[in-house]
Amino acid sequence: MDARSTTLLIVGGGPGGYVAAIRAAQLGIATTLVEGDKLGGTCLNIGCIPSKALIHAAEQFEQACHYAQDTSRAEALRSPLGIQVESPRIDLAQTVRWKDGIVARLSGGVAALLKKNGVQVVKGWARVVDGKTVEVTGTGQDTLRIACEHLLLAPGSQAAALPALPFGGNVISSTEALAPPSLPKRLVVVGAGYIGLELGTAYRKLGAEVSVVEALERVLPAYDEELAKPVAASLRRLGVELHLGCTVLGLSAGGDAVRIRNAQGEESALPADRVLVAVGRRPRTEGWGLEGLMLDMNGRAVRIDDQCRTSMRNVWAIGDLTGEPMLAHRAMAQGEMVAELIAGGRRHFTPAAIPAVCFTDPEVVVVGRTPGEAAQAGLDCINAVFPFAANGRALTLEAGEGFVRVVARRDNHLILGWQAVGRGVSELSTAFGQSIEMGARLEDIAGTIHAHPTLGEAVQEAALRALGHALHV
Amino acid sequence: MGLHVIKMPDIGEGIAEVELVAWHVKPGDMVIEDQILADVMTDKATVEIPSPVVGKVAALGGEIGQVMAVGSELIRIEVEGVGNVKASPAAATPVAAATHTAAIQAEAVLAAAARQAAESAVRERPAAASAQPAPAAVAQAAPREKPIASPAVRRRAWDLGIELQFVPGSGTAGRITHEDLDAFAARRPGLGTGAARYAERHEEEAVPVIGLRRKIAQKMQEAKRRIPHFTYVEEIDVTEVEALRAQLNAKFGAERGRITLLPLLARAIVLAVRDVPQVNARYDDEQGVLTRYGAVHIGIATQTDAGLMVPVLRHAEARDLWASAAEIARLAAAARSGKAAREELSGSTITITSLGALGGIVSTPVINHPEVAIVGVNRMVERPMMRAGAVVPRLMMNLSSSFDHRVVDGAVGAEFVQALRGLLECPATLFVE
Repeated sequence: MDARSTTLLIVGGGPGGYVAAIRAAQLGIATTLVEGDKLGGTCLNIGCIPSKALIHAAEQFEQACHYAQDTSRAEALRSPLGIQVESPRIDLAQTVRWKDGIVARLSGGVAALLKKNGVQVVKGWARVVDGKTVEVTGTGQDTLRIACEHLLLAPGSQAAALPALPFGGNVISSTEALAPPSLPKRLVVVGAGYIGLELGTAYRKLGAEVSVVEALERVLPAYDEELAKPVAASLRRLGVELHLGCTVLGLSAGGDAVRIRNAQGEESALPADRVLVAVGRRPRTEGWGLEGLMLDMNGRAVRIDDQCRTSMRNVWAIGDLTGEPMLAHRAMAQGEMVAELIAGGRRHFTPAAIPAVCFTDPEVVVVGRTPGEAAQAGLDCINAVFPFAANGRALTLEAGEGFVRVVARRDNHLILGWQAVGRGVSELSTAFGQSIEMGARLEDIAGTIHAHPTLGEAVQEAALRALGHALHV
Repeated sequence: MGLHVIKMPDIGEGIAEVELVAWHVKPGDMVIEDQILADVMTDKATVEIPSPVVGKVAALGGEIGQVMAVGSELIRIEVEGVGNVKASPAAATPVAAATHTAAIQAEAVLAAAARQAAESAVRERPAAASAQPAPAAVAQAAPREKPIASPAVRRRAWDLGIELQFVPGSGTAGRITHEDLDAFAARRPGLGTGAARYAERHEEEAVPVIGLRRKIAQKMQEAKRRIPHFTYVEEIDVTEVEALRAQLNAKFGAERGRITLLPLLARAIVLAVRDVPQVNARYDDEQGVLTRYGAVHIGIATQTDAGLMVPVLRHAEARDLWASAAEIARLAAAARSGKAAREELSGSTITITSLGALGGIVSTPVINHPEVAIVGVNRMVERPMMRAGAVVPRLMMNLSSSFDHRVVDGAVGAEFVQALRGLLECPATLFVE
């Protein structure tokens, strides 16, 4: 068995692990990163990036189809832009190749950054022996034993399975849904959270018939109702069937339908030649020796403090392993902080807000507290909404749907949260996050000149409206 | 009476389990603070677990030889006052103690905690009044509201070791600015802006001993293992030889190059070994042969970035001062730039080691195996010396020389060093063949 030693050993090369590795190496810490699959983790290979590529392709195709349908209609119903297209087609294999190209480029970029900064990357699957020793197998050579002073656990998460619908055959997770060999005729999506809706929408736009089954009574149950409403309306407009308040019983005997039961107890079957189960993700806690460390847990996740320390000294955990919110940008920020702590810095993971974005159509952004959360925390707040219907740029983009909402304290106008729903609002998350982290008040945003004509004007107008003097509503 | 439970501590070796190897107490025993309760063993060390409290042992958590998880219950001790078992969540850390003084302290801690709880309750009341008493709201009641500060200000505060909730904010809505932080830091003695406090450092760096460093290590080990060294130190009055050197450099420095003490010492060695040939030799101890040389190939120990190297001034006996000086300079440059050839780094018959200004007063040089002698040059310094009944300033320098005692007797080594001394103290003799 080969043996080597390092100061910091990172298990997992996802966004948390690789950022921690780069930062640690920049700070002069001898760093080894162990990754069994591809660098970039779920985010880069089977999550954020490929899903956004697929969504973009689906959107472009749907747009073209939309114009094509218009030409067959009466003059008055045709595309107001005057664009005419005839029978568009999509080569799905090419779409997947294009997406894979982007992923390969980014993954190569991560490898280059690690190399440039002097991180030792070990290819193979890590198995934790104890808090200072890890064995790596699957490299094609001998088992490699690595001793370390600091162990950073960043193994990420995996798609949660439903006991009634185990993965396999036509029942797929988001991973397989992002590399479809062909387009299913009928897709049933189980779970109306952001993953199910993003992919369901993309498949619908690519031409599949899509039904969504959700146990709760509305789509995006993790978000507040006003934000979910425009998304639900858009799904209906696109022709996605919604089966809300329904429980999944399993596949039909023939395997070509999903049996469900609604709130009234009536059973029915939804024909499907593919079933996407998107009912959440679970921290990856099994199969790599985590149990041997006997760390304190927080449900299924590893318990950490505000410095990402676990219950064992010099064993750190970041990202999805540590539970919700399972977001790449949270893992990256944690990874950077852990590297600086190991280098002797004093840091805490206490962000004022962690933005969350759904790339549905329309997009949804939530940063900081919603009015409901503020009220629950006992804070006396005001909130104001500015609709994109009153924003010039939104109308020129045919995106007059949705709104921006701000939540601020009533006494000193400190901004506590922003929410938005609408086309392209994901990019507003930057402004939202900055204003909250900087401790901006409504007056700060109202007093900042926002460029015209942009969607961002709705941000300023929401602040003005909260102050009682909106100009354009 | 309360129960104080001591859990198996994390002994920081990254392991989750340790073996219980000895109990020093049994149920019913009275224990005092810091008394050793048990020994636990990891694969690296045995660690003693002391008692943090005074009390009576109620129960032991494991048998000798049992492997126990870190965090599992090790021992239960009955203590006066409240233990740590039924403690409220606010005082979950083991603060309870049992001596009278400790009990008082514990009471004070508890009182403080209660006061704090009461205060936070008062603070939270107006806000909480409108909301239902949701469990989430209760959990959040303990910490005060977060101070408003930008990420950059928060980061600087951590670096400075300042808790932001104590810093008055001058910005809108009490926002803390960089200036507020500066002002607060300036008011705290011993905490200048940007100055961090002393911190423990735990980094370790494993440097592989490879290449030249491994060679050096092997050679030193070999020399010290095989050769019984003896070191002989003598004081040399170098006033005259230094005066001569200054004179030569003033007169010929421009055209022939400046000379250091080394070529003069090399010349002294060339002459001294004619009287004491035993030291200009190589000893093959496996064959049992000592080879004396007519030639004087002087190794010059040279510090390089890669480590110690010993380029060789070949046939020193055939070079005048300037030729020696030029050759020594060339060899040193070649060694430092890594361009010295193999034959320039081997074949010496005796070695000089000189650290120049770092020479110190005495050194114990290690012989360059298989040679039998090495001459170490110590620092040159002006000292008050007695000469003809008067104290006069003289330039003095020690030579620390080591010899292989198997083939060089003490008297022979001394004779050699005294010969060097004679030559250096009367430099005219250096030029008499």
